[in-house]
Amino acid sequence: MNIHEHQGKELFRKFGVPTPRGIAAFSVDEAVKAAETLGGKVWVVKAQIHAGGRGKGGGVKVAKSVAEVRDLASRILGMTLVTHQTGPGGRLVRRLLIEEGADIRKELYVALVVDRATQRATLMASSEGGMDIEEVAAHTPDKIHRVSIDPRTGLQDGEAEDIARKIGVPEGSIPQARDLLKGLYRVFDECDCSLAEVNPLIVTGEGKVVALDAKLNFDSNALFRHPEIMAYRDLDEEDPAEIEASKFDLSYISLDGNIGCLVNGAGLAMATMDTIKLFGGNPANFLDVGGGATAEKVTEAFKIMLSRPGLKAILVNIFGGIMKCDTIANGVVAAAKQVQLSVPLVVRLEGTNVDLGKKILAESGLPIIPASDMGDAAAKVVAAARGHA
Amino acid sequence: MSILINKHTKVITQGITGKTGQFHTQMCVAYENGKNCFVAGVNPKKAGEAFEGIPIFGTVAEAKKQTGATVSVIYVPPPFAAAAIDEAVDAELDLVICITEGIPVRDMIRTRDRMKGRKTLLLGPNCPGTITPGEVKIGIMPGHIHRKGRIGVVSRSGTLTYEAVGQLTALGLGQSSAVGIGGDPVNGLKHIDVLKLFNDDPETDAVIMIGEIGGSDEETAARWIKANMRKPVVGFIAGVTAPPGKRMGHAGAIISGGKGTAQEKLAVMEECGIKVTRNPAEMGKLLQSVL
Repeated sequence: MNIHEHQGKELFRKFGVPTPRGIAAFSVDEAVKAAETLGGKVWVVKAQIHAGGRGKGGGVKVAKSVAEVRDLASRILGMTLVTHQTGPGGRLVRRLLIEEGADIRKELYVALVVDRATQRATLMASSEGGMDIEEVAAHTPDKIHRVSIDPRTGLQDGEAEDIARKIGVPEGSIPQARDLLKGLYRVFDECDCSLAEVNPLIVTGEGKVVALDAKLNFDSNALFRHPEIMAYRDLDEEDPAEIEASKFDLSYISLDGNIGCLVNGAGLAMATMDTIKLFGGNPANFLDVGGGATAEKVTEAFKIMLSRPGLKAILVNIFGGIMKCDTIANGVVAAAKQVQLSVPLVVRLEGTNVDLGKKILAESGLPIIPASDMGDAAAKVVAAARGHA
Repeated sequence: MSILINKHTKVITQGITGKTGQFHTQMCVAYENGKNCFVAGVNPKKAGEAFEGIPIFGTVAEAKKQTGATVSVIYVPPPFAAAAIDEAVDAELDLVICITEGIPVRDMIRTRDRMKGRKTLLLGPNCPGTITPGEVKIGIMPGHIHRKGRIGVVSRSGTLTYEAVGQLTALGLGQSSAVGIGGDPVNGLKHIDVLKLFNDDPETDAVIMIGEIGGSDEETAARWIKANMRKPVVGFIAGVTAPPGKRMGHAGAIISGGKGTAQEKLAVMEECGIKVTRNPAEMGKLLQSVL
């Protein structure tokens, strides 16, 4: 799960990670009031969406008067912000962060990630703050420093100081940088983050080290023990189809093609999308109905797929293991009848009780196109989507 | 022979009294020599009771002491599953198979750290388990699609493993063992570990290796295969069409920072001389072509 920058900074402050003072605003009036409350002469008006690249997209602006805050807030609130992470459709800006201006002397980069190879948290840091870190990694990998963190001890003083020096934190600011990095590790560890990224981490004119940005991702498997973080969830930032699917315990992700697919198992679901592509089609979604699919779940899955505009065909690909093919066949028949299926449906069944499943489909009277294996199924559904059923 | 488990393996089931544990224990007991393999269950609140004739003990250590079991399988719910692995490690079992899906990564980081220097191997979590056809199955895979034989299967995905096994069986090619290593980012045995076991197994002739997006374990395994593997390996990687930054069902199936793409994995596997297919319907035929 992702959260907004202003929420991330709130969390940072709780763990002693310094950030600029700032207030979230949901309207132009609130933005103006926030600027007045903060005081000072310079403010930053920052669009709050769950995507990076906001500055380049025109969603982050500096204001030198309260009138300018009003002007910028009215322009940014309600705009559709397009960044390299939002896709071409962009994201509607519904909230802002009004922040005091910062006196930036140095821009640095720090992040905590789970390193799969070492099976530990890794602190990554670079002197090249404010840049796309993937670019830095590609062109000047020697500018990225790493510390693998022992889960029993957490980030140690010496490790934090050493990496702070390596990325060019001035000597007088090292103790503060150390404490900030240790606080950041505590956020990462105690809040079950999968990513905690600060880009940029700045050194101010006075030598203060401050988190100017906050990007936090959380391990969705651990949210059950973090109601305080669940409270940060912003459904406006999520795909409505994915929210709907999650209510029925379906693992669903929208894609930009026109062939819906309903599969059991995540790996098989990905492989099914790949096979559709291999045969010249484009999958409209990833959908894993899981091992315990019921007629109700299958029906909901059909509804979600059919709600996509431009959907041309559906492929059901099931390898029945514990889930029996006759159960899924009954589910498909019930769902197809209930939703008044408007597009061609190709079904490939294999595994437990396959013959019974095929019989149920054949006797249903529905215009279901049976397929013998994944390749055959993909070829048939691609043809059907092109109107050659 | 086989790898990891055979008809003589004695198994403890942790979480035997839950709905999932009960169902799969019944299925495992019904498969081939399962009746003799599944010798104990664990539930601290139900020690002294039994499930379908299988005695329940209060701890893994007690179950091991009383039955001589060396392997455990875990169906414990996610918030408690890492502690269940810890208990099995502390009891010095040879192998722990964790079926549970949804364990927090932080718990697994701590559990994996605790396992350093210990003898216990971990398979999973978030995996279907492993099967030696004709002998024993420990996990949630459908036993009847398998056939005893000489092909090894290793995969991060459950249903894709079944897909590969189903294709092999249809071609008359049986399996020595099929191993699901699971879809989590922090886990136990990896492709490379299972491939080493298949390499040393005199009754495995060739291996199907199935991977998916996320991480770089397939690349690591491919380089090891090129340098060390004496048997043919064919491969498939799921997720060529997966968009970056999205978790594709499995917690570990995510392209992050431009890393872990299927294209990258396929390219390294091909460079290392592994025959790969882009069509998952052809996995069995591809394996047949290298025999």
